Amino acid sequence: MSKIKIIVTLIVLSLGIAINASSVMAAKDSLNLGMVLEPTHLDPTAGAAASIDEVVYANIFEGLTRIDKNGAVKPGLASSWTVSEDKKTYTFNLQKGVSFHDGASFEADDVVFSLNRARAEDSVNAQKALFKPIESVTSKDSNTVVVTLTQPTGSFLFNMGWGDAIIVDQASADKNKSNPIGTGPFKFSKWVKGDRIVMVRNDAYWGTPAKLKTATIKIIPDPAAAVSAMMAGDIDGFANFPAPESLAQFKSDPRFTVVIGSTEGETILSTNNQRGPFKNLKVRQAIAHALDRKAIIDGAMFGYGTPIGTHFAPHHPAYVDLIATHPYDLEKAKQLLAEAGYPDGFKGVIKLPPPSYARRGGEIVASQLRKIGIDLEIIPVEWAQWLDQVFKKRDYDLTIVSHTEPMDIGIYARKDYYFAYDSPKFQALMEKLDATVETDARYKILGDAQRLISAECVNGFMFQLAKHGVWNKNIRGLWENSPVQANDLTEVYWVD
Amino acid sequence: MRIFLAKRVFTLVLTLLVATLVVFVVLEILPGDPAAVMLGINAETDTLNALREELGLNRPVWVRYTHWVGDLITGNLGISYTYDVPVSELILDRITVSFPLALLAMTLSTLIAIPLGVMAASNHNKPMDFLVMSFSQIGIAIPNFWFAMLLTLLFSVTLRLLPAGGFAGWDAGIVPVLKSFLLPTIALALPQAAILARVTRSALLEVLQEDFIRTARAKGVTNQGILWKHALRNALIPVVTIMGLQFSFLLAGTIIIENVFYLPGIGRLIFQAISQRDLIVVKNLVILLSAAVIMINFMVDLLYAFIDPRLKGGGDV
Repeated sequence: MSKIKIIVTLIVLSLGIAINASSVMAAKDSLNLGMVLEPTHLDPTAGAAASIDEVVYANIFEGLTRIDKNGAVKPGLASSWTVSEDKKTYTFNLQKGVSFHDGASFEADDVVFSLNRARAEDSVNAQKALFKPIESVTSKDSNTVVVTLTQPTGSFLFNMGWGDAIIVDQASADKNKSNPIGTGPFKFSKWVKGDRIVMVRNDAYWGTPAKLKTATIKIIPDPAAAVSAMMAGDIDGFANFPAPESLAQFKSDPRFTVVIGSTEGETILSTNNQRGPFKNLKVRQAIAHALDRKAIIDGAMFGYGTPIGTHFAPHHPAYVDLIATHPYDLEKAKQLLAEAGYPDGFKGVIKLPPPSYARRGGEIVASQLRKIGIDLEIIPVEWAQWLDQVFKKRDYDLTIVSHTEPMDIGIYARKDYYFAYDSPKFQALMEKLDATVETDARYKILGDAQRLISAECVNGFMFQLAKHGVWNKNIRGLWENSPVQANDLTEVYWVD
Repeated sequence: MRIFLAKRVFTLVLTLLVATLVVFVVLEILPGDPAAVMLGINAETDTLNALREELGLNRPVWVRYTHWVGDLITGNLGISYTYDVPVSELILDRITVSFPLALLAMTLSTLIAIPLGVMAASNHNKPMDFLVMSFSQIGIAIPNFWFAMLLTLLFSVTLRLLPAGGFAGWDAGIVPVLKSFLLPTIALALPQAAILARVTRSALLEVLQEDFIRTARAKGVTNQGILWKHALRNALIPVVTIMGLQFSFLLAGTIIIENVFYLPGIGRLIFQAISQRDLIVVKNLVILLSAAVIMINFMVDLLYAFIDPRLKGGGDV
């Protein structure tokens, strides 16, 4: 018995020591940022996961151009550029005195290598379409790169600011997944898989150095755990907090700032335009009239989200507000269904991927459509199943997905896309858009495109996903909105 | 003893072989293309094909199976599709979290459960027995994740003594590691202890009815002596069996606790690998865990022989 007593005493003592050695206050030049999904690797040129860009974009890796917090195109590794008369030749003047984190110098050849690698036949770039217009990439001298396009591409400079278009060094490119070597203001330090990724300031940075000395991304997959981590002070902030239901709690706590921003995520009731009743425009119009966007946003997103009437981000200057074209009107919806030949409605299937906007939103949508006689069977699927059944095989009637890529209205021109929407009129609009470089003319075409898909009710347009930022009130410089998938930490600092 | 060992090794190999077949077939049937998961919804068809080629997913089924089993035999666990690092490295990282945690939880649970069980049995139908059984009942009824959240609420959010979760990493030193393990250990250990105390009590009560206990009493052995020296040892077989099962569970079945405390353990790795269709990680982890469970059972068998020397003869328990 006495032996056990001694052991118990020892354990209690050692626990006491462990507790007493409590942590020192965090120095004010380090940041612990929480994130829900862990990136699978750290190479944005070889994966679609937003979480990759959310760690490395603008922090570790840079592209020729960069997208700032307002979504504007700014010089990146290219300090300036000129565009030829026929809008097909871009001459990029590169920043001088830039080196990669491993000491290798950044030169025109690296740009040639990176762009050619992304568009090569065996490329595994998730956004290979961005590089499709490129005909050739050549270096004029060590500081000048000339990119020739097959046709004028109005969005080319924006596209070169995507995480998928970052510039890498040939020597280290293949190891970027686990040891990313870029030119950015932060250097990769270590990755404790499943727990955290640590970046430290790059003191040899060519531009304005970062104010933070270290930035740690902590992976916290569980929303409830995220709340306790914030409350306990383990985490300084979440650029996008996973539990909108807890935001009120943070708002009332003077230690935190809560910022509701916008994202590029158009959350839509995607519709299989070539299946069963959904082929019929009147059916799709009926669905559009039966969706009560406010109820969906309140119920699924706790009121955070902006209603949309088409597939376009409301904060973009080219956005056209089309919500009023299909107002919530059950009588009209029923009438349209009857005209389409379904006076008693019909049965269908809605497949829902894991994110809460889809699972919670899907149940609300199903109950709303039941009111006009469309009886939906709800099938929850995991992400891999969704990609396989819905996205690849188009085996679905309806689904809910947030399309988070910026400026992605072009997907409606892809007739093999999972919407199965084949409209020569829309495809012609996108071709025209590609060939147009002037901003005003582009906005006009984008407006026409938005009106067209809204009028044809290609999908049920629901809401723009909000970005729920929660961070310590003394932190400055975190992005409120996310025009690209990124957590740009270059200008983040603490005040007292 | 030699026959006993040979039998065990044979069962081990056979079980693992069956496990490889089951795991492979299940993952083949499971819908979802790892390349599509990695490249997302904007990927072009030729890009997907390029990645499938790179991952070796375009080869025929039987080639992939034999390659995999061949690699397993030579100890090559391959490269993770999504993380792009050796699977062995990935698993090793997680084991350095899961194994110590399981060991700590098991130790704490045993230290609580055995004395409580003994106390309850020796005070059969007295207030102490009732108290211990109530504790045990509560311990079994409370879900461990809820208990875990209460612990964080008290020690991390309110008192701010301990981190709400996360794993400091072994290079941070022993104190931060113990701090990250403390709450999860308690959350895991208490429900296990509740079960173990119950088993200890009933096993002891049974043994205390036996003739040899009466003989010992007649010889004048003290009550304490009878309990700890004679009765407990004879009651240990069911206790050790439960402990073996509990340890297997603690190694891989703690995903909910890992989520509440955001610990990078084995459970979360499996979950993540399944949802990302990182098939090679899933396959190899399942095989390794099957091997671990078989090994634990094997050690439990050896312990039986130690506890009860009569079982050494090679007979089955």
